[in-house]
Amino acid sequence: MHDMSAPAVHHHAPPTSFIRKHVFSLDHKVIGKQYYDMALVAAIIGMILSWIMRIHLAWTNAAIPGLQLLSKTGAPGGVLTPEYYLQLMTMHGTIMVFFVLTTAPFAAFGNFFLPIQVGAEDMPFPHFNMMSFWVTFTGFIVLLASFFVSDGPTLGGWTQYAPLNAVGAIAGPGQGMGVILWMASIALFCVGQLLGSLNFIPTTLDLRTKGMSLMRLPLTTWAWFITSCMGLTAFAVLMPACILAILDHVAGTSFFVPSNLVISDQLQQHSGGSTLLWQHLFWFFGHPEVYIAIIPGIGIVSHILITNMRRPLLSHRVIIYSMGALAVLSYMVYGHHMFVSGMNPYSALAFSFPTLIITIPATIIVLIQIFSLYGSKLRINSASLFALGFISMFVSGGVSGFFLAQPSIDIMLHATYFVVGHFHMVMAVAAMFGIFAGTYFWAPKMFGRMMNETLGKIHFWLSFVGAYCIFMPFHYLGIVGNVRRYSVFVDDYLQPLLPVHKFITVAALLTGAAQAIFLYNLIHTRFWGKPASDNPWEGTSLEWSTTTPPPFDNWGGKLPVVYHDPYQYGVESSVGDYVMQASPEQVKTENDEQ
Amino acid sequence: MATTIHEPPQIDHPHTDDFSNGGGRNLIPADGDLRLTIDHSPPPTSSAIWVVVFAVSMMFAAFTSALFVRKGSSLDWQSFSLPSILYFTTLVLIASSVTLEIARRRITAFMRGFQTGVENPARWLYVTLFLGLVFVAGQYVAWLQLRAEGLYLATNPSSSFFYLLTVTHALHVLGGLGGIIYILSKLHRGILRRNQLVASARYWHFMDVLWIYLLLLLLMKL
Repeated sequence: MHDMSAPAVHHHAPPTSFIRKHVFSLDHKVIGKQYYDMALVAAIIGMILSWIMRIHLAWTNAAIPGLQLLSKTGAPGGVLTPEYYLQLMTMHGTIMVFFVLTTAPFAAFGNFFLPIQVGAEDMPFPHFNMMSFWVTFTGFIVLLASFFVSDGPTLGGWTQYAPLNAVGAIAGPGQGMGVILWMASIALFCVGQLLGSLNFIPTTLDLRTKGMSLMRLPLTTWAWFITSCMGLTAFAVLMPACILAILDHVAGTSFFVPSNLVISDQLQQHSGGSTLLWQHLFWFFGHPEVYIAIIPGIGIVSHILITNMRRPLLSHRVIIYSMGALAVLSYMVYGHHMFVSGMNPYSALAFSFPTLIITIPATIIVLIQIFSLYGSKLRINSASLFALGFISMFVSGGVSGFFLAQPSIDIMLHATYFVVGHFHMVMAVAAMFGIFAGTYFWAPKMFGRMMNETLGKIHFWLSFVGAYCIFMPFHYLGIVGNVRRYSVFVDDYLQPLLPVHKFITVAALLTGAAQAIFLYNLIHTRFWGKPASDNPWEGTSLEWSTTTPPPFDNWGGKLPVVYHDPYQYGVESSVGDYVMQASPEQVKTENDEQ
Repeated sequence: MATTIHEPPQIDHPHTDDFSNGGGRNLIPADGDLRLTIDHSPPPTSSAIWVVVFAVSMMFAAFTSALFVRKGSSLDWQSFSLPSILYFTTLVLIASSVTLEIARRRITAFMRGFQTGVENPARWLYVTLFLGLVFVAGQYVAWLQLRAEGLYLATNPSSSFFYLLTVTHALHVLGGLGGIIYILSKLHRGILRRNQLVASARYWHFMDVLWIYLLLLLLMKL
């Protein structure tokens, strides 16, 4: 057999100091772990915020011990004011969407595994990669800093609609400095993610090792590549929108603030701005952002299921094309977030059609996954359970999307908990399950140690049941007209719904508490877990060809050569029922590219 | 001017060896029938510069759509004449693209050994750098002229967009100048790669095209 492996030429020398190794590291693997840890901290903060909101919704006058320390005016005596409820809601949404759902599945796992899965020794621009993380981290700190300014963070929601995002403190608590910090944070986040795309795209296109054709890339790599292309387009539009809003705020321009706007009996000194302009710019980013959060999950879940089914999906190519179709269509549907903005009904129709059409590639992906599972002997472990949970959440949340895609129905449901239930299941919980699945699957490679499977399975079942208990009732609440964004339910028609809210709150508290099992498992694993072998799951892609954990240059001085498609399972080889991509062994396969 | 370089910098050979990347072009089928071909995959810098160009284009597309929507949404738009110095700076920027292209060709010839150290290969890069600085200075003069006329950032949406577009473009031009300084530094240290030079040149030409687009937009819409 020929030794086809080639010497790796690393762009930079291994670091020696602690700072260069663990803080300002150029190594994509360290940067990936930094992203992961930041997302973990963000998720904990975001979850605690949701707890506070849920307790307040169920027991309005209940004092939450210590909350007054966060804000004396926002939570006097530990009880939330309506304004502070909205401020916490805004921070929950912003932290979760940007700093958890975008960073963990894309930036964290992508940074760690994309170069390895293509057979590269690093990203092509390690300094930009390092900047990508630190700029994003700075954005996170700037956002958190708004908790500590005089009137707290902004209350405008994660969508920050105009004109209240642009007129200053007169619009309410947090609308002064809080908004500026929010805009600055998100602009920084955009820069960070653009720098990420600057590395992800050339890595995929140009740094593939010998033999790694595009169709031999694992589905995870395809997912990260497609996501980075989407990020390039979406974040490059959100950033200028934030700049315009900041200028309206601090420089007196009138991009988003209309004329004759009176707030608190005061005429605003702005003229002629377009409030809808912000919505267009925001949702041009905002809807693709949903897919930026979920497409990496689709890739991760497919990758994990294939490994545990011991056979490839029914069609590798169709999954790739469907993910591409999702990406392209996601830019054509954003107007469905604006059905209640007073848009022309014909425009609404124009956005409604592609919204229904985008369900086709999503359905194709799910059907391929489900039909591939049919008849397979799935290995049940924490990763595969969370992968199944991802599909379940994606389908359950996706079905309600059919309703919201139609303007006539959306107008009725738009301001209700139906929407909250929909996007939490299809985007938030599904993406979180993708993150959990990825963590259980790749922890051996990332940390060199195996996670505890028993704890992982307990974590899954509690999270799975808990998530349904929390978010399915939201749909019911929405259908009966429970308005979202209210901090207190005082209307007569809402009173009978309070028991449902109490049930949801208890479920949220218990499900949140169950995450402590995961946290314990993760921390314990990283320090004291059972050492992992190089290929504990008998995987085929390149991350399992290198040592655990991978060396600084990923390959110990020899780049791998790829001989096979990514998922050659169910074959007879010298190592078992699979042949690794980097193995030159010739086996009888049906799917290898010829 | 810098000192003459006597030794040609490192020649950037095209990849013809086994360990190059871009695996799809070196497909090795599972039956072991090795089909090695010369790898023409571009170095990552080439892809990256297109990524940058695309991102910057999207940013200005967002600004452009904002301009159209804002102008159409209200009657408070007041047109004004563009400062005449902008036509001068446009010519300067076009000239800088020409000089950079001359520089690129000469340096490439120099790196390949077609041209020896008779002439300083960096000369045209310095000319480009100078023209770029003149462009930015000219834009600054245009802002001063508008200020003298009482047109500030918040005076009118038209002036807001003028400052927004020209300042954002000028900042990107400054980034391009940073790129040229980086290229000069690499050239003088003898470690310049051709693709780095090409990438910088592409970015600079893009700034040129972008400015012409912005000028036409401002002429038609302000």
